[in-house]
Amino acid sequence: MTAQELTYLFVGLTFALYIAIAIASRSSSTGEFYVAGGHVNPIANGAATAADWMSAASFLSMAGIIAFEGADGARYLMGWTGGYVLLALLFAPYLRKFGKYTVPDFVGDRYYSQTARLVAVVCVIFISFTYVAGQMRGVGIVFSRFLEVDINTGVIIGMGIVFFYSVLGGMKGITYTQVAQYCVLIFAYLVPAIYISIIMTGNPVPMLGLGSTLEGDSSIFLLDRLDGLTDELGMKIFTESNKSMIDMFFITAALMAGTAGLPHVIVRFFTVPRVRDARISAAYALVFIALLYTTAPAVAAFARINIIENIDSVSYSELPQWFKRWEEAGLLAWMDKNGDGDVQYRGGAAFSPAKPIYSDKRGVNGERELINEGAPGPNELYIDRDIIVLAHPEIAKLPDWVVALVAAGGLAAALSTAAGLLLVISTAIAHDLLKKTLVPKISEKQELLCARYAAAVAVLVAGLFGINPPGFVAEVVAFAFGLAAATFFPVIFLGIFYKKMNKEAAISAMVTGLIFTSSYIVYFKFINPSANTEANWWFGISPEGIGTLGMILSFFVALLVSRFTPSPSAEIQALVEDIRVPVNTLGKS
Amino acid sequence: MKKEVMESYWKSNVRLVLILLFVWFSVSFLAGIVFLDFLNQFRLFGYKLGFWFSTQGSIYAFVILIFFYAWCMNKIDERHGVEEK
Repeated sequence: MTAQELTYLFVGLTFALYIAIAIASRSSSTGEFYVAGGHVNPIANGAATAADWMSAASFLSMAGIIAFEGADGARYLMGWTGGYVLLALLFAPYLRKFGKYTVPDFVGDRYYSQTARLVAVVCVIFISFTYVAGQMRGVGIVFSRFLEVDINTGVIIGMGIVFFYSVLGGMKGITYTQVAQYCVLIFAYLVPAIYISIIMTGNPVPMLGLGSTLEGDSSIFLLDRLDGLTDELGMKIFTESNKSMIDMFFITAALMAGTAGLPHVIVRFFTVPRVRDARISAAYALVFIALLYTTAPAVAAFARINIIENIDSVSYSELPQWFKRWEEAGLLAWMDKNGDGDVQYRGGAAFSPAKPIYSDKRGVNGERELINEGAPGPNELYIDRDIIVLAHPEIAKLPDWVVALVAAGGLAAALSTAAGLLLVISTAIAHDLLKKTLVPKISEKQELLCARYAAAVAVLVAGLFGINPPGFVAEVVAFAFGLAAATFFPVIFLGIFYKKMNKEAAISAMVTGLIFTSSYIVYFKFINPSANTEANWWFGISPEGIGTLGMILSFFVALLVSRFTPSPSAEIQALVEDIRVPVNTLGKS
Repeated sequence: MKKEVMESYWKSNVRLVLILLFVWFSVSFLAGIVFLDFLNQFRLFGYKLGFWFSTQGSIYAFVILIFFYAWCMNKIDERHGVEEK
């Protein structure tokens, strides 16, 4: 079988599996639709959380970012795992004890305020849609490259699958499909990593292989070799940090607090039966996540070495097949600036603007001709970092079935996250907006129907985003984390740990975090992108890390306002005391 | 439930969380960012130590921290008679 037939086979088999699971676990009540009835086993919930969390960005982009940024890429590794410590220690057990369906539920009840609930709903919907758009791009890339179907067809097929199991199955269906998707995606990530680790270092464990010597030359460590290569070619040295310490610090903190405040992750802890299950479930989730996250830097380093050694100073006509295929896909580009017919891969940008704009003509060597202007400096090559994970098995000449497996894994990662997000959106609309705010009189049956409709509409909107991806997808991801950090984190944290925290303080904290963080990001990303340089940032903090400052500000405002406004009622204070202990203390059930 | 029991339960809980968060902060923000360059002069096999903390060590520590937290909290629950059936 060819690689393409194998890809069709793997993708087809996994899709059939997801659909079978969805049919077997349909939801029949709102409780099952929103939180799977609260009966999910903690290990299964851990796997589902991991699949929910690890998106196309984790699976496809992260290793690519580390491959090109080296040590600076660690902000994503630490940020996206360290957040689970905050989640497990500060949020998960208490929110499980609180025992409702959503984050706006907590905010609305704890702060006895419909306004607070509405602000939370708006944040939830905004954060979740931002995220879904990114998943759809991932689905599109995998389909267009591996199945050679049109991106639009790819997105429609993907949406069809998600539509089927999220609308039908709700949280119950999603949970068990996510467990299956976790298995598919981690297998697809580890198999090529182990394969390549054995080839390059002789060590089958990629995390150890990364710290080992090279196969065939035990006198030199792999990372030293990579540092040597990058230095020699005038690139940033792989294991050395280039970002300023303060910016790394703030970005990592924003990613951590943002992770802990993301609604689609928090809601997963409402699905386990007991408080102690919520605690241990967070631990399992992080084990499952860490398996991929500690492998990613190894994949990144292996890929970088392979790319440099396979491409640099090779003449275009002798380049391997994969190079030309990704060039056709528009994710690689070469401009023969010195006219010698060889690819020079060096530090610095190859041309400006940085993304390739192809003319429909061919250059003298047969390469796709570019309209971009050549940048000064010797580098002639543009590589989109999103292709690293997908292209690497081919670059390392692994067998076809491994290449096919990676495509199925990428789809599993994108679809599982998309489904989790769509569910959060539909819950926010049906439960928080309709049932709890606008039309409290609707019956459970009507609410369930509304939730299904809302999920269907959300799927369609996300599909539109996938077909016409707004140009700002990458820019707004910083938004999602910054906003989660600056709005939800302080309000949930203080709601649990500070009994005197009241409605006035919560609303002003959320609004402050929201306005401060979004103004900073909107200014530097949309209004005045040319000013987005270190010299203009406040305290040297990039828009990616501003959520941390927004969070500090939000905490400050909350504590200040709560001093000068009345404490919450005795009833609310009793509620806070109750969520702090695993057993019921209120004397009613 | 008695007020004193609840207060002592909450105090043990907060103390545990503070200790664990101190470790969390040390392995990531301190070892992986602030003291990165300093630690990079030491080696762990082929890894520079700071690079190891920021790409591997901190993540392993996070996993251990959460398991340890879950285990300790179960003990604290039992000691205060608030464990779930």
